[in-house]
Amino acid sequence: MAEHTFSNFETTHTHSSGLRSIATDFSSDRSAFKNVSWGKAMMWIFLLSDTFVFSSFLIAYMTARMSTTVPWPNASEVFALTIGGATLPLILIAIMTFVLISSSGTMAMAVNCAYRRDRRKTAALMLLTALLGATFVGMQAFEWTKLIHEGVRPWTNPWGAAQFGSTFFMITGFHGTHVTFGVIFLLIIARKVWRGDFDHERKGFFTSRKGNYEAVEIMGLYWHFVDLVWVFIFAFFYLW
Amino acid sequence: MAQAAAHSSTHHAHGQQHPIKLYLVVWVWLFILSTCSYLVDYFQLEGFLRYSLILLFMLLKAGLIVAVFMHMAWERLSLVYAILVPMSAVLVFVAIMMLEADYTLFSRLSFFAPGQ
Repeated sequence: MAEHTFSNFETTHTHSSGLRSIATDFSSDRSAFKNVSWGKAMMWIFLLSDTFVFSSFLIAYMTARMSTTVPWPNASEVFALTIGGATLPLILIAIMTFVLISSSGTMAMAVNCAYRRDRRKTAALMLLTALLGATFVGMQAFEWTKLIHEGVRPWTNPWGAAQFGSTFFMITGFHGTHVTFGVIFLLIIARKVWRGDFDHERKGFFTSRKGNYEAVEIMGLYWHFVDLVWVFIFAFFYLW
Repeated sequence: MAQAAAHSSTHHAHGQQHPIKLYLVVWVWLFILSTCSYLVDYFQLEGFLRYSLILLFMLLKAGLIVAVFMHMAWERLSLVYAILVPMSAVLVFVAIMMLEADYTLFSRLSFFAPGQ
């Protein structure tokens, strides 16, 4: 009976559209995000706060770069690599971008397989995503090593404005940390999928709640966000 | 009406299910757009053209990732607005800091410029 009233309520209130639907959702004296599980809503709100963190870093970088009287180092030359005798500008960063986009694609496929309840494929695609993520972090470690050997420090560098080093280590460091935690998060969820936790509704170790395949989509939200942040870092830090 | 409610509840149970082809198309577009933004640097484009192309490719990529990969296009409007509207605060912050940085640069040039 309670179910029945609930679904009736839903029917009468899901009909409005546009701004009116937002007003009815927020004034309904119930959870505002209907059809959205608490897990997904919380992940979105976490990602919103994380967006502010990265925005602040990029704005700090913008302020430093706009207000310095010393020329800013040319990222195109700083991140160039010589491969087989040819010097390619920014090539390592381009490869890192493609690796991260590929991982986003495999993650999207994993979410799709998860909703088809294809346990093996989902776990395999998530492991592939984690592998690509780990590759990305590895290439970033290579990049850091190269720059540190060339004398880049948070307080100085051989090519120009001193803020270049601090901004570089801060922004790519935070992003790399996010990728690393994403890989760990991926491995944990992939293990659960592989073990069939979401098929047998096994209770979670910490939460004692039954899990379902939506966990894969929520994991995917985080992973795509990491890719999204890289899009902005690539545009503003490396290309600008 | 009851049917509509039943439909929406089954949709919820199955979550965000969309054809694989859509994901593949978006994936290919992300590769194309990334290649384009790399080529902006490769060909050493300068000035307004460079900055507008960088921003264009960036926004297209971000839009595709958020709308399709993160399923924002299919989410309920109240969630979409709850996430996107606060973003305008970031734009205001950018504007404030641009004014501030301009002022800082001006003072540095007028009072601390080397060799003057």
